[in-house]
Amino acid sequence: MAGQVDALYLFLVLISTFFSLLIAILILYFAIKYRKSEGRQAQQIHGSTLLEIVWTVIPLGISMVIFVWGAALYFHLQRPPANALQVYGVAKQWMWKFEYSAGQREINSLHVPTGTPVRVTLISQDVIHSFFVPAFRIKTDVLPNRFMTTWFTATTPGTYHLFCSQYCGTKHSGMVGDVVVMTPKDYASWLESGKAEGSLASLGEKMFQQYGCTTCHRPDSGARGPNLEGVYGRPVRMQDNRVVIADDNYIRNHILNPGTEIVNGFQPIMPTFRGVINEEQMVQIIAYIKSLSEQTGQPLNNRSTPTDIRDTEVPNVQQQMQQDNQIQKSTGK
Amino acid sequence: MATTENHPALLHQFDDMEQQKEASTFGMWVFLLTELMMFGGAFAAYLIYRLKYYEAFVAGSSSINVTWGFANTLVLIGSSLTMALAVAAAQKGNRRLQQLFIVATMILGVAFLGVKAVEYHDKYVEHHIPGNIFGTFDPIHDYTGEGNIYKELLDRGQTPEAAGAIAQQTQIFFAFYFAMTGLHAVHMVIGLILMTWLLYGASKGKFGPSYFTPVELGGLYWHFVDIVWIFLFPLLYLINRTR
Amino acid sequence: MSTATQTVTQVMPEKHYLNDNYGIRSWLLTKDHKRIALLYLFSITFFFFIGGIFASLIRLHLLTPNGELFQADSYNKLFTLHGVNMIFFFLIPSVPAVLGNFILPIMVGAKDLAFPKINLLSWYIFIFGATFSLIAMVSGGVDTGWTFYTPLSSGYVHTNVVTMALGILFAGFSSIFTGLNFIVTVHRMRAPGLTWGRLPLMVWANYAASLIMILGTPVIAITLILLALERGFHIGVFDPKLGGDPVLFQHMFWFYSHPAVYIMILPGMGVISEIVTCFSRKRVFGYSFIAFSSIAIAVFGFVVWAHHMFVAGISVYSAMVFSLLSYAVAIPSAVKVFNWTATMYKGAVSFETPMLYAMGFIGLFTIGGLTGLFLAALGLDVHIHDTYFVVAHFHYVMVGGMVMAYLGGVHFWWPKMTGKLYPEAPAKLAAIVTFIGFNLTFFPQFILGYMGMPRRYAIYAPEFQVLNVLSTAGASILAVGFLLPALYLTWSLKFGQPAGDNPWEAKGLEWETSSPPPTHNFHRTPVVTAEPYNYGSEEEAVVVS
Repeated sequence: MAGQVDALYLFLVLISTFFSLLIAILILYFAIKYRKSEGRQAQQIHGSTLLEIVWTVIPLGISMVIFVWGAALYFHLQRPPANALQVYGVAKQWMWKFEYSAGQREINSLHVPTGTPVRVTLISQDVIHSFFVPAFRIKTDVLPNRFMTTWFTATTPGTYHLFCSQYCGTKHSGMVGDVVVMTPKDYASWLESGKAEGSLASLGEKMFQQYGCTTCHRPDSGARGPNLEGVYGRPVRMQDNRVVIADDNYIRNHILNPGTEIVNGFQPIMPTFRGVINEEQMVQIIAYIKSLSEQTGQPLNNRSTPTDIRDTEVPNVQQQMQQDNQIQKSTGK
Repeated sequence: MATTENHPALLHQFDDMEQQKEASTFGMWVFLLTELMMFGGAFAAYLIYRLKYYEAFVAGSSSINVTWGFANTLVLIGSSLTMALAVAAAQKGNRRLQQLFIVATMILGVAFLGVKAVEYHDKYVEHHIPGNIFGTFDPIHDYTGEGNIYKELLDRGQTPEAAGAIAQQTQIFFAFYFAMTGLHAVHMVIGLILMTWLLYGASKGKFGPSYFTPVELGGLYWHFVDIVWIFLFPLLYLINRTR
Repeated sequence: MSTATQTVTQVMPEKHYLNDNYGIRSWLLTKDHKRIALLYLFSITFFFFIGGIFASLIRLHLLTPNGELFQADSYNKLFTLHGVNMIFFFLIPSVPAVLGNFILPIMVGAKDLAFPKINLLSWYIFIFGATFSLIAMVSGGVDTGWTFYTPLSSGYVHTNVVTMALGILFAGFSSIFTGLNFIVTVHRMRAPGLTWGRLPLMVWANYAASLIMILGTPVIAITLILLALERGFHIGVFDPKLGGDPVLFQHMFWFYSHPAVYIMILPGMGVISEIVTCFSRKRVFGYSFIAFSSIAIAVFGFVVWAHHMFVAGISVYSAMVFSLLSYAVAIPSAVKVFNWTATMYKGAVSFETPMLYAMGFIGLFTIGGLTGLFLAALGLDVHIHDTYFVVAHFHYVMVGGMVMAYLGGVHFWWPKMTGKLYPEAPAKLAAIVTFIGFNLTFFPQFILGYMGMPRRYAIYAPEFQVLNVLSTAGASILAVGFLLPALYLTWSLKFGQPAGDNPWEAKGLEWETSSPPPTHNFHRTPVVTAEPYNYGSEEEAVVVS
């Protein structure tokens, strides 16, 4: 892929060199050949519509070639292959933290094998950063309010620069790292030697229980929240009949802004976890939910019969809130 | 009667009064176009956030006083009427009527600002001013009196979680409310200053059938500020009021 | 060595706009567009040197990869203040407020602009904004980059963002008033016989730029107001933690700032049209195509802003639309370059300093514009966005293009504005030194960018050092090239030869009046009967009745 970018670059360099030289040579040639001298009269030429058309159409045509070529490359970059190795990255002032499904964590370095597509999903904890690996010709801004994804397939073992390329404050130029590309064999040994605290998904499962998600998100029919088994990556119908794909951003959005989109058949009773769950924990929870899709081969069934708030066992938190509400109503406070 | 080429109000760069009037009028229209672009930017950002947080915008909109807003709309339309009458009086050279109508316009303008001050004060009391003093959100325990958006949402049947989220998001609505009505109010103040200057000129008898351009252009500016409010009123005060 | 072709010794006219009135009040309360142009000249020259000092410090610092000259925080302020000063307080006003103010009314045969008092007001507003900027600079600076991206600028830095934003806001209003004035003047105050098709291309170019000024600048105004409110009151409009969208800032910012680059370059292109035709002794090739290209650039310039955001998270489909439109906006500029080149064909070319700057412009602007095609190519932009490739691209168009055009225009109209000739030898030397220094400074940066050196880096990877050293060496030469005109132009005010009405024997209304012109430009309103640039014809362009 880097080679393809270079090919387009080379094409552009050739075109630019050609036209720059053309103009430069013409100017110098005309300046000398038609220089002012005794008795020399300039020939007053209004213009030539034909020439105007020619030198409008030709640049336009060349531009369209460049456009299509560039667009095709860009399109390709937006579509990571399905079998890509997933890495999550959290950017913060002024460092990179990478996390692998198997649980390895790295700071400011990213180990990957050759020959396998690697999909990097990134988010920022503070300002906008940018994930730039010049050797791979890839770049994506890293935003604080949604996941961004890029991908690459490394071909040659070696160590390559990772630069933050969106100005992010004092140590912007210090927010650099290494992408270490290894042969599959070496990569496998590196994986084993890494100090894994447990896979991302298992950490996520702990979060899922710690924050009480299992209270509502259960597979049984009385559950007050959608069952999350098999949800990741599949379409989900919303209350307003829109259908959206449950991807990383979807999950993140529903954890942080649960009222904005309600799944069809459920009540808007999920509390927000904004300020409670940070981006690293978010990544772990998403990895866990993703793992729920990988296990089940069964068709999607996350609907339970809609329930009325008053009918079901309310867990403590909601009950307390309801009671407080009653007190407010009766005392007028 | 002064001819158009040596009229006392003829500025040195123009050949005659007709050119001066045409150029000045064109200039005012171009200026109003720039104002349109500036407010347009604010309206565009407003639109984006309204689409994103519709429920919150509905809740925020229903918490601002539509009676005051409507009254202010009538006040401004009335002031545009008095302004138009002032222009007509200037065109006829009637000094007394010019003064009367310009003063009437100013009084209505001040009334508008007075009502806005009352509204802003209400928002202050209700903790609806965005920023660090925005309705500190412990939705259960913190609220007293009017303007408890969280409570109103619950009364309308929202679940506590949804109500909490929506109430929190109304901050963006109020940010736009203050930014846009604030920008508009600044333009009203500038308009009042303009009116003062016109009143001075009118009192000196400067404006008559051969020269009333400043009053006319002042009127254009005033009407523009009025029209901006005509758009602000429904966009801020009337979001889904049928609910 | 004078290249003026008259053999008669010229004298200064007795009364002209410079000596019509004396005293500081006659300058600070002037309504004369020519004096206001000079007020702007002094102001923006001051900010050019301030921005230049920052640039010199940047290049000095970048001699070594480990950043030994400045702390990172200070370096971040240097590039921010370099950008802000150069763009808002030098480039945007440069040709319109100095050359446009001076020459446009004369070119349309008017006594002044439509609204002289607003013209003076625009200068005062500029100074007011510039004062805010100076205050921001001396009380700790700003370190957000001239682009002020949120949420960094709205919630994470502790520098004088609001003060600087206000300064830019006021400078923007100054720009709006200048544009408004130009538009009304061109529409309503043309001399009898001066139809749109007879307007000099300098007028067309400034008119097109004025359209952008009035339509685009108000949007940066509201953007900066919202940014200031966000910083002061945390209203949440750009803060993701409060539900806002930081990328919305980018959209609003670039909606103005992209057309702004056309505000900067279009007037420069107008200058080039005037110079090339004069020093080729030939009418411009393809007059109407150049005129309409100016308008086309202004229009298309408004619909390409998100090409600054290809990796910022916009959808693939909108990215494709913006990429396509960015190629569309490049075409009219290419058409102009071909037309200028064709103007020299079968002309009678001489090499006075303005022409040297113009020829330099054509070459460097071509390179700068072509490298824009690289950036508009989506797949390639992913790699070169936010690297030194971008830095090189915009310096080629802004400095190699715009500043050269500005200097060319200053030299071209210097005799008209001051009544004196500048010394041709040092001027030619300065033009050549500038050309060489410029290329040496910025060409290596294309390579640095493709190699992967990101922008705004206080320290960089060691393999980038050689090219950085080359670039700094070039900058030292470029600095000399810029200093020389400041010296000899000032010298010429006292010691230069009187220029006479038309030292270049050029066509155009401004050359029909004395140098310097009288306060009211003409003694009688001219009547225009011929096409512009009617070199080689017996018929005079103008009948001064």
